[in-house]
Amino acid sequence: MNVVVCVKQIPDPAAPPALDPGTKNLVRVGKLILDDSDAYGVEMALQLADAAGGGEVTLVSMAPNGETSGLRTALAMGAAKAILVSDDSLAGTDALGTAKVLAAAIKRAEPDLILAATESSDGYTGTTPVQIAELLGLPSVTFAKKVEITGNSVKVERQTEAGYDEVESPLPVLVTVTAGVVEPRYPSFKGIMAAKSKPVETLTIADLGIDAGQVGATGARQEITDVSASEERASGEIVVDEGDAYQRVIQFLEQLKVL
Amino acid sequence: MSIDKIWVLAEVADGKPITASLELISHAKSLAGTVEAVAYGEETSAIAGTLGEYGATTVHDVGDLGGSLPGAPVADAIAAAIEAGNGPDAILFPATYDGRDIAGRLSAKIDRPVLTNVVGLVAGDGGLITQHAVFGGAQIATARFVGDGPGLFVVRAKSFPAETSGGGQAEVVAAAATESGPTNGAKIVASHVEERTGPKLDEANVVVSGGRGLGEKENYALIEELASLLKGAAGASRAIVDAGWVPYSHQVGQTGKTVKPTVYVACGISGATQHLVGMKNSKNIVAINKDQDAPIFSVADLGIVGDVHKVLPKLIEALKARG
Ligand SMILES: Cc1cc2nc3c(=O)[nH]c(=O)nc-3n(C[C@H](O)[C@H](O)[C@H](O)COP(=O)(O)OP(=O)(O)OC[C@H]3O[C@@H](n4cnc5c(N)ncnc54)[C@H](O)[C@@H]3O)c2cc1C
Ligand SMILES: Cc1cc2nc3c(=O)[nH]c(=O)nc-3n(C[C@H](O)[C@H](O)[C@H](O)COP(=O)(O)OP(=O)(O)OC[C@H]3O[C@@H](n4cnc5c(N)ncnc54)[C@H](O)[C@@H]3O)c2cc1C
Repeated sequence: MNVVVCVKQIPDPAAPPALDPGTKNLVRVGKLILDDSDAYGVEMALQLADAAGGGEVTLVSMAPNGETSGLRTALAMGAAKAILVSDDSLAGTDALGTAKVLAAAIKRAEPDLILAATESSDGYTGTTPVQIAELLGLPSVTFAKKVEITGNSVKVERQTEAGYDEVESPLPVLVTVTAGVVEPRYPSFKGIMAAKSKPVETLTIADLGIDAGQVGATGARQEITDVSASEERASGEIVVDEGDAYQRVIQFLEQLKVL
Repeated sequence: MSIDKIWVLAEVADGKPITASLELISHAKSLAGTVEAVAYGEETSAIAGTLGEYGATTVHDVGDLGGSLPGAPVADAIAAAIEAGNGPDAILFPATYDGRDIAGRLSAKIDRPVLTNVVGLVAGDGGLITQHAVFGGAQIATARFVGDGPGLFVVRAKSFPAETSGGGQAEVVAAAATESGPTNGAKIVASHVEERTGPKLDEANVVVSGGRGLGEKENYALIEELASLLKGAAGASRAIVDAGWVPYSHQVGQTGKTVKPTVYVACGISGATQHLVGMKNSKNIVAINKDQDAPIFSVADLGIVGDVHKVLPKLIEALKARG
């Protein structure tokens, strides 16, 4: 079984983020890392390929400057190879543009199953995976908290507002996984060494037959017009608990007529 | 582009339109002359009255989906209506599991981008201007569409109040889905409902949330007990959802629910930006944290610097004593 995992490489979320005052795009400096949200997809793919008795896990990523450090982490976990799309004309691409690029790259791997995260940690639109599925003419199941492959179909427990649904779909299909769906493994030393020589195919949009006008800031057809500080909420009264602070809480709730 | 007609996705739960959809209908009414709803499922005629009350004049009924996940078939029906020239200038989707799926599918189908995580929507010169909370709500970005075609917006719950405007029953018209082929392959074979007592998290007047400061899973019972004494709902930070202490449906924040109760009580929660973005518009905030420098105190109306293991049991005792 061939599984493609979409993995986003993002700036370290622990570092304070910033928007470029000119372009209003997220400033991406320094090394990119594997988005934590995608570590679940990678782990899930490895487990499913294993359970299916073999098959290959291919990573697909779109990132600036030929960035591969996040991909290497996922390769060290055990993925076999990666496709990276990197092209200067992709700066400022919106989610639909990203989906067009990723869909074209995914097609090359001819997967039975495509995994992605429900949403990324930095842009978190959560629409890219479904857009990919539609562009590829495939079904999709989002918000998976459990995924099983039986023969030619996938069975998913999908998070709902009230609990969860059991959903079935024929392969090929795109599934998005929630955080915590599996416990991502830590790359072993051997894995890290092996990852260094695993194949990463780097493509431009021309290689994918995509026209520069469809992607990047020109293709985006949406623009950020302004970014400003939101109204700050003033902080209020602080009480250090000496054993009776609970009484102040009760008073406060009474004032609000909650009690 | 002037905004004359707006469509709103009306999702149904427990036989009623969800609040997030009603919020969008009533806000859309302030932006456009004509507001219409799109609904699916077996219950559309039963909700036409409520949708009308909030401001929709028509409901486009996609009908029963035969167990399919809504993404593909509902997007197909909307795309067909747009193709036929009946489309609106803007479509608003609540930021729900299905709302996001339908918006994403439709986006790729009609080749229009989606503006997501919208928390404000105002009329501007060239169409609608969206507001997005970025960096945990510390900053607000505004954005808009350029180019032709309807604008697709996925809006977070609690961005607008839901207000009735006294309209009559909305007219139900059929908006049949076309054959969507393989994209429509995912079918629901069974539904499981997790038991819930008390009000829904995003509709409760009081929300009591717990975080890692509770120390261990068993202590979450304190949160549930306090919530129930205050007739509220119990929420959580992502830290304890990821740790498996409570189900995801309890999570408040960027990747969870947005809540705006009269009182939000944060217990042992540090106040990370991704948590704040989901609760800082609560009318009143009480925080209990043993670290006086915890960021949660910067948004609290009443901050108790103390140990949750001491403060919560006393608070619960005192409330019980009141009966
Ligand atoms: C604050 C902010 C707000 C934004 N708002 C919007 C908006 O409203 N509409 C819009 O169209 N764009 C928006 N963007 C731009 C958008 O984030 C980017 O276009 C991005 O490329 C698309 O993805 P995402 O991170 O939102 O993806 P999501 O849809 O949240 O990603 C879900 C999953 O898809 C996969 N995936 C996504 N991107 C990649 C990638 N580059 N490589 C490999 N896998 C990937 C990953 O598995 C990921 O976890 C916004 C960006 C920022 C920073
Ligand atoms: C992309 C992304 C999305 C995210 N989305 C969300 C989201 O939706 N919701 C969310 O909540 N988080 C989210 N997070 C995680 C967020 O960044 C924080 O890690 C999380 O909110 C921390 O949870 P916490 O406050 O329970 O834990 P901690 O940050 O560990 O805080 C525990 C607090 O408890 C206090 N404490 C400890 N012991 C006691 C005691 N005995 N009595 C009183 N106080 C005590 C400590 O002083 C500390 O302030 C997201 C993160 C990322 C990267």
